Amino acid sequence: MTISKKAACNSHGQDSSYFLGWEEYEKNPFHESTNPNGIIQMGLAENQLSFDLLESWLAANPDAASFKRDGQSIFRELALFQDYHGLPIFKNALAQFMAEIRGNKVRFDPNNLVLTAGATSANETLIFCLADPGDAFLLPTPYYPGFDRDLKWRTGVEIVPIQCTSRNGFRITSPAVEEAYKLAQKRNLKVKGVLITNPSNPLGITLSRKELNLLLNFVEKKGIHLISDEIYSGTVFDSAEFVSIMELLPNRNNPQLMNRVHVVYSLSKDLGLPGFRVGSIYSNDRLVVAGATKMSSFGLISSQTQYLLSAILSDQVFAKKYVVENRMRLRNRHTVLVSGLRRVGISCLESNAGLFCWVDMRHLLSSDSLEAEMELWKKVVYDVGLNISPGSSCHCAEHGWFRVCFANMTEDTLDLAIRRIKSFVDSISPIKHCRNSRSKSISKWVSRLSFHDRECDR
Amino acid sequence: MAIKPLTQPSSASSAAISLSKIAVSNTHGEDSPYFAGWKAYDENPYDESSNPSGVIQMGLAENQVSFDLLEKYLEKNSSDPTSSGRVSSFRENALFQDYHGLLSFRKAMASFMEQIRGGRAKFDPERIVITAGATAANELLTFILADPGDALLVPTPYYPGFDRDLRWRTGVHIVPIHCDSSNAFEITPSALDSAYSDAESRGLRVRGVLITNPSNPLGATVKRAVLEHVLDFGALKNIHLVSDEIYSGSAFSDREFVSIAEVLEARGGRGSERCHIVYSLSKDLGLPGFRVGTIYSYNDAVVTTARRMSSFTLISSQTQQLLATMLSDEEFTAGYIETNRERLRRRYRMIVDELGRAGIECLKGNAGLFCWMNLSPFLKDETVEEELALWECILREVKLNISPGVSCHCAEPGWFRVCFANMSEQTLQVALARIHDFVERRRGNQ
Repeated sequence: MTISKKAACNSHGQDSSYFLGWEEYEKNPFHESTNPNGIIQMGLAENQLSFDLLESWLAANPDAASFKRDGQSIFRELALFQDYHGLPIFKNALAQFMAEIRGNKVRFDPNNLVLTAGATSANETLIFCLADPGDAFLLPTPYYPGFDRDLKWRTGVEIVPIQCTSRNGFRITSPAVEEAYKLAQKRNLKVKGVLITNPSNPLGITLSRKELNLLLNFVEKKGIHLISDEIYSGTVFDSAEFVSIMELLPNRNNPQLMNRVHVVYSLSKDLGLPGFRVGSIYSNDRLVVAGATKMSSFGLISSQTQYLLSAILSDQVFAKKYVVENRMRLRNRHTVLVSGLRRVGISCLESNAGLFCWVDMRHLLSSDSLEAEMELWKKVVYDVGLNISPGSSCHCAEHGWFRVCFANMTEDTLDLAIRRIKSFVDSISPIKHCRNSRSKSISKWVSRLSFHDRECDR
Repeated sequence: MAIKPLTQPSSASSAAISLSKIAVSNTHGEDSPYFAGWKAYDENPYDESSNPSGVIQMGLAENQVSFDLLEKYLEKNSSDPTSSGRVSSFRENALFQDYHGLLSFRKAMASFMEQIRGGRAKFDPERIVITAGATAANELLTFILADPGDALLVPTPYYPGFDRDLRWRTGVHIVPIHCDSSNAFEITPSALDSAYSDAESRGLRVRGVLITNPSNPLGATVKRAVLEHVLDFGALKNIHLVSDEIYSGSAFSDREFVSIAEVLEARGGRGSERCHIVYSLSKDLGLPGFRVGTIYSYNDAVVTTARRMSSFTLISSQTQQLLATMLSDEEFTAGYIETNRERLRRRYRMIVDELGRAGIECLKGNAGLFCWMNLSPFLKDETVEEELALWECILREVKLNISPGVSCHCAEPGWFRVCFANMSEQTLQVALARIHDFVERRRGNQ
């Protein structure tokens, strides 16, 4: 008695360094008071900066979490509601929220929204709808490690990378896209579409109009799909800088193209609610909406949660305020990390979104190789005590880049993390430390680092 | 002349890209009569006051008889997520996306499952994998136990949703184990053997047997001897056994339901690595909207893989938290289970007795939210066409949406599943009166 090939293979990607880093963190997790020398989790793209806003809303509006509407119990109604079309008030509120995030430059029709248990489910469902086993989707690198599982595992679909490099800030170019397409053909894979994440994970940058247009040109020419995972759309520090693929479609005046562009969204990042499993697919193609809706039976959102969120998001005054405040906090956090790293000679890709920075540690590699990157990564996890994500786990074409998250911890913890990095950099290259540093004994073991020992105070 | 390599069309103006084969197939099964009846109900739903001549929905296996118990519990116990105390804070809960599932929730589920089985089986919370409903659990297990093109053996009649859940995206086949009224639709050794040979002759590799116990649509528990035989069969053929026990809490009496877990424990766990149990709170607790399903597997590799795959179908942490609290209150759950059973038994008796008075026989049932009604005496011929004609007649004239046996792949025409727990007692009486009148009219016409 055996299990299936799918079960036995490792396309779930669980053995990648991305997940192994998590495991190390779990064994020795940092805690401010109970385990100050533990590993700080910087590999988890969570947004913990704006919970207080949600908590105070909830305290002021207790009905939403208590199955009540205007003081009346709707428990029964919600308990029985399993319609895969989703709770209308929730879809309306979600559609509105998505528009708000895009500065109301785009309108979303709730009838074109399909609800799924998280973006993980949304992405997999879309691939099931758009591609057959053995087909391929093109993805720009570096990309979110989870895609290897979400897009390939049960669907049997392949990912062919569109290589992006630091030569041009990891921007997507036409030659790179064409090259990926040719590579797929050489491998006898039928390309069914392109999937982008905008803003990008792990880069933390919004895609430019130029990039979006070249992609639209490409999918138009090839007659294939374009999926835009916009899960980080609410984390753009300056809203004016985010251009959603949906904004560019009307100008194209091509209804067939319109039907081949699909957007994925979720409340896991913008609202910091990954536990609630709230994802969605937006498509103008009625067949895709119909197919995905039926498939969503395998991953519906709890009606209890749909109701709670419909109440929060329907409060448009609150929702607007939340979006603005959240952006600002993320921007400030981002600055703390970027400037902290800069002071120890580490630069980041210039970014304007996301919950992480794309950090350039190439100069710290012993050689330009995967082995050297892994060696550096292990040092950072075990010796420095930071779980960061190596670029190789994101399929980056270059060695030495790391994704470092900044929104899943307190500011004090972030400061500590930066101090640990400084200590590490100093220890491996004493001449590289900051000009304003006070002299202190250089120690490889960060456990001896005093809490008040701050170099280069602002 | 150069030979053009096979490539995709070079311009979008040629054949538009199609969707995947899965997307365009109709294996989702929504074109079956099972769903058409729902549509008729949606268009003209019965309402005691505003639409007393509308269609009464008797095709939906929902449990609405015990909500008051849940509501009372909720009123007594605040479920305010912002309150501190023994439940985690809003923040912690909102961040919790660990695919292991909340430990407190798994513990509560394990204990609830044990209570339902009268303590005759033990469940280890570490073997519980969470999924968004039993729909997801069954599909997930199929992905794990079988490859595309393989087969699962399923006794007929079976829940119509299995055609979608077990086959649609997985590419796995269902080969029926035919059961009939000669022995109350019980699974016989010869039926099991036939199904297996059937699959073999079709060149399909059988990976497992999937049973629903208590059975949907029969509304009857599977006998211990049958469970023993299926287990032995699984060992002989070295295949899996999935036991969907979603209706375990809806058995009218605790003593009449025997879970595969009990049989395994009696055998000292021998062969258990082949066994997997599916459960959900959609029927017993009447909470289909909350999407709470679980897989319980005795096989470590299956537990590990199922857990990873559950990333696609996790239960909202908000819901896990609520249920962890509710189900760990053993006094509440013990009272709920007992009262719920009693109320379902009462409903069952009501419908079966009334139908009996109208001259209609039902299969002797002891569980579930429905009865398995025999209308074959009313068929002109014992054919599927006649069954569907009768179904249509009952839908259009009598205005009752019931489920025809053919939608459950029943081998014998004339049987119908009739739900009784998704409406008030008054509505049930109205439905029964309509059936009574219909039968009278039919007799009058004959």
